[in-house]
Amino acid sequence: MFIDLRNVSYTYNLNMPFETEVLKSINLSINEGEFIGIIGHTGCGKTTLLQLLNGLLEPTNGKILIDGIDIHKDKNKLREVRKNIGLSFQYPENQLFEETIFKEIAFGPKNMGIKGDSLIDNVKKAMKMVDLDYSIYKERSPFNLSGGEMRRVAIASILAIDPEVIILDEPTASLDPQTRNRILRLIKDIFKRYSKTIVLVSHNMEVIAELAQRIIVMDKGRIVLDNSPKNIFRNNVTSLEQIGLAIPQITSMMHKLRKMGKPIKPDVLTLEEAKNEILKIVKKK
Amino acid sequence: MIRFINVTHAYHNEREESTISLSDINININTGDFIAVIGANGSGKSTFARHMNGLLLPSKGNVIVDGNNTNDSDKLWEIRKKVGMVFQNPDNQLVATTIEDDIAFGMENIGIEESEMKKRVEWALNLVGMHDLRNKEPHLLSGGQKQKVVIAGALAMHTSYLVLDEPTSMLDPKGRKEILETIKKLNREEHITIIYITHFMSEAAEFDKIIVLDNGKIALTGAPKSVFLHYDKLKELNLELPQITMLAKLLNDNGLDISPNILNEKEMIEELCSLI
Amino acid sequence: MKFTRNLTIGQYIHKDSFIHKLDPRIKLITALLLIIVIFLINTWNGFFVIGLYLFLSITISKINPKHVLLGIKPLLFIIIITLLLHLFTTKGEVIFTLWILEITKEGLLRGLFIATRLFLLILSTSWLTLTTSPIALTDGIERILLVFRIIKIPIPAHEIAMMMTIALRFIPTLMEETEKIIKAQIARGADFESGSIINRIKSMIPIIIPLFINAFHRADELAVAMEARCYRGGEGRTHYRELSIKATDQIFFFITLILILLVVFF
Repeated sequence: MFIDLRNVSYTYNLNMPFETEVLKSINLSINEGEFIGIIGHTGCGKTTLLQLLNGLLEPTNGKILIDGIDIHKDKNKLREVRKNIGLSFQYPENQLFEETIFKEIAFGPKNMGIKGDSLIDNVKKAMKMVDLDYSIYKERSPFNLSGGEMRRVAIASILAIDPEVIILDEPTASLDPQTRNRILRLIKDIFKRYSKTIVLVSHNMEVIAELAQRIIVMDKGRIVLDNSPKNIFRNNVTSLEQIGLAIPQITSMMHKLRKMGKPIKPDVLTLEEAKNEILKIVKKK
Repeated sequence: MIRFINVTHAYHNEREESTISLSDINININTGDFIAVIGANGSGKSTFARHMNGLLLPSKGNVIVDGNNTNDSDKLWEIRKKVGMVFQNPDNQLVATTIEDDIAFGMENIGIEESEMKKRVEWALNLVGMHDLRNKEPHLLSGGQKQKVVIAGALAMHTSYLVLDEPTSMLDPKGRKEILETIKKLNREEHITIIYITHFMSEAAEFDKIIVLDNGKIALTGAPKSVFLHYDKLKELNLELPQITMLAKLLNDNGLDISPNILNEKEMIEELCSLI
Repeated sequence: MKFTRNLTIGQYIHKDSFIHKLDPRIKLITALLLIIVIFLINTWNGFFVIGLYLFLSITISKINPKHVLLGIKPLLFIIIITLLLHLFTTKGEVIFTLWILEITKEGLLRGLFIATRLFLLILSTSWLTLTTSPIALTDGIERILLVFRIIKIPIPAHEIAMMMTIALRFIPTLMEETEKIIKAQIARGADFESGSIINRIKSMIPIIIPLFINAFHRADELAVAMEARCYRGGEGRTHYRELSIKATDQIFFFITLILILLVVFF
C-alpha cells in the first residue's frame, strides 16, 4: 500500500472568523513496510496530518492518493481506507466503552463486516500482539485494569481491524518507564513479525530515534526534515535545536565534543554505539 | 518540617482485602529542601505524597507538619494552607472560568479578605510568569501553562511546601521544562520546599536529594550522585539510570578513568575532555 | 479540537460600557422584570416602549447589533413557527389563500403580536448574557439566592453557584473530549449516519459511555484538588470579586422600574 500526499494543505474553520491554516503544502510518500517516526512540537500539525492519512479529514487543498486513487473522490474508497489504515489516538483508553474486553476489541472489525470465527480469530491475534492472554482477559471488563493494560486493550482494538498501516499517536504518553518500554517492545515486534507499515508520532526523540528508520520533523505546519535518524543526527542537529526539539542526551553530548574539535563521530543513537565510539577514540591516544 | 514517624498505610477495598501501600516510613523533610521521590509503579509514591497534606491518613504512625498532626481534624486546614499540592492532570484541577479567579479560589475558601486576595493574585501571577494571561479561560491554555496556574493558586495560599505528584507526565517537553524551571526558581528565590514525585530518573537527577521508594518502604536516600552509584539495587527496583549516567557507568566498567555517577552532559564533557 | 479553541464560554462580549459595568444583580432583576412585563403587555404601545428601551440599552452597551442578531438566530425558527401557526389557524376575515391554508387578518395581527413578544423575550435575555460575564452572572445569582436565606428558605446558593461555575468551565473541555471520542470511534468504523432511528441511537453508545466515564473521572480528581485547596462548602468563604451597588446602579434601576410601571399601568 502506497500513500501519497501531494501538496496537501488543511485549514481549520475555513471561511469563518477563526480560520487557521494548520498544514501547508505537505508532500509526503509512505511506502509499504516502512517504520516512520514523526516528531514536532504541540501545534506543528502532526495530529492533523494523521487524521488526513486515514481519511478522517479531507484536505482543503491538494490530494491524498492511496495506491494511486484519490480517496476523497469515492465514499466507498474512504470506508476501505479505514479498514487498511488503523489510527490509534493519544490516550486511546478514553474510547473504551464495552462490557468485556472481547467486545471492545471486536468493535472495530465488527464494524468492518467481519463476523463469526473470523472475528474471534482477529481478536485473538490482536490480543497476542499486545501480550494479553486471551483466556484470562476476554471476559474481563476493560475498566478493571491497570493503566498499561487499558492502553494495550485500546491499541489491540485498532490492531484487530488488521490494517496494513498502523498509525500510533503518542502510544507511550504518560506511562511509567517500565510500561513504556514494554509497549515499545511490542511495537517493534509487531513491525518485525507482521510486516506492517508503522507511523509513530511522539514528542520524545529518544523513542523515535530508537525505533524509526525514517524520521519526519514537522514545524509550524510544514515538513522540515525527512531522513534517516543517522543522517539527521549527523547533519541537522543545529536545525533541530533551532526548532527547539531536544535530541537524545547522548547524541547532544557527542555533538558538543565534536564541536570542541574532538575526532569523534557524532551520529550515535544508542548507548552501545556511544560507548564503543568513545572507547575507540580513547584507545587511540 | 514535615515528619513521617513510623508511618504505615493500608488500603482496604470493597472485599475487605487490604494492601499495604506504605510500610514503617520514617523520614524528615526540612524547610527549603528540593527533593525528588522516585519509585516504580506501585511503590507508594502517590500515597506518600498524599499523606503530606492529610488527603490520606496513616493507619499507624503520625505525620507532623510544622508541629501539627494530620490526624487532628481541627488542624487539617492549617496544614493544607502550608502544604500545597499539584496533581498530574492539568485540566482536572482548574475550577474557575478565568485564571485570575482560579488562583483566588483557594484564598476564597480560607476567608482571605478581598484586597489581600487581589494583592496575592498579582504576586502569584508574576512569580509564575502568567501575568499577561490573567483573563484567559483555562481551556485555551497549554498543559504547562495550566500547571503553572495551579502552582500559582498554591502560592497565593502562602504555601511553604509544594508537593507535585507527577506534574509533568501529561506535558510535552516544553511544558516539562517550564515546570522544572518554575519550581527551581521558587525553591531558590522564595525558599519554598519542593517535593517532586516522578518516575523519570533523568528528572530526579536535577534535584538536591532523591528518596527511592520500593513497595512502600524507603529503599535509598541521598544526593543523586550517591544514589546513582547503587546501580544494581536500582535495576532490581526497575529503575533505569539516566542515559548519560548509564554511559558513564558502562565506560567506567570498561576500565575508563571516569566517574560512574555523572549526572549531566556538562560533567560528562568535562571528564571526557581530559581523556580524549 | 480546534473549533473549540476560540469559542468563549457563554455569549459574553467584553466592552467598556455603562451597561457592562452595572452590578449583575441589578441586571438579573431587570431582565426578570422585563420578561414578566413582556408577558403582561397587551398593547403595541407597550411593546414599542420595551423595544425602545432594549434598543437603547444595547446601543449604550456598544455591542455590534450583528452579534445580537447572531445570538437570536438559533431561536429564529421558533419565532417563525409561532407566527405561521397563528397565521394559519386563527379564524376570521380571510385575506389570502394558499391551497387549503387560509390567512386571516386576525391571524396576521395575532401572529405578529405573539412573534414580537417572543422576539422581545429573547432580546431581553440576550441583552443580559451579552453584557454580563459568566462569573458575574453566577456571582449575581448566588447573591440573590442568598437573600432567601434571610427569609429562612434554605436554598443552597453557594453550591448552585459553584456548580454553575464548574459546568461553564468544563463545557469547552468536554466538547473537545467529545470530538476526540467521536473521531476515535469513526476510526474504528463506527457509523453515526446510516440506518434506522433505533440504530442511530444505539450508535451513540460508544460516544456517551466514554464521555460519562471521562466526566466522572474528572469530577473525582477535581474534588480531590478542591479539597487540597481547603474547599469545604460555602461556610466562611469570601469573594474575590465583591459586588457593590453604586449610585449608577440605583439610578439605572430606578429609571427602569418607572418605565416598567408606566407600561404596566397604561
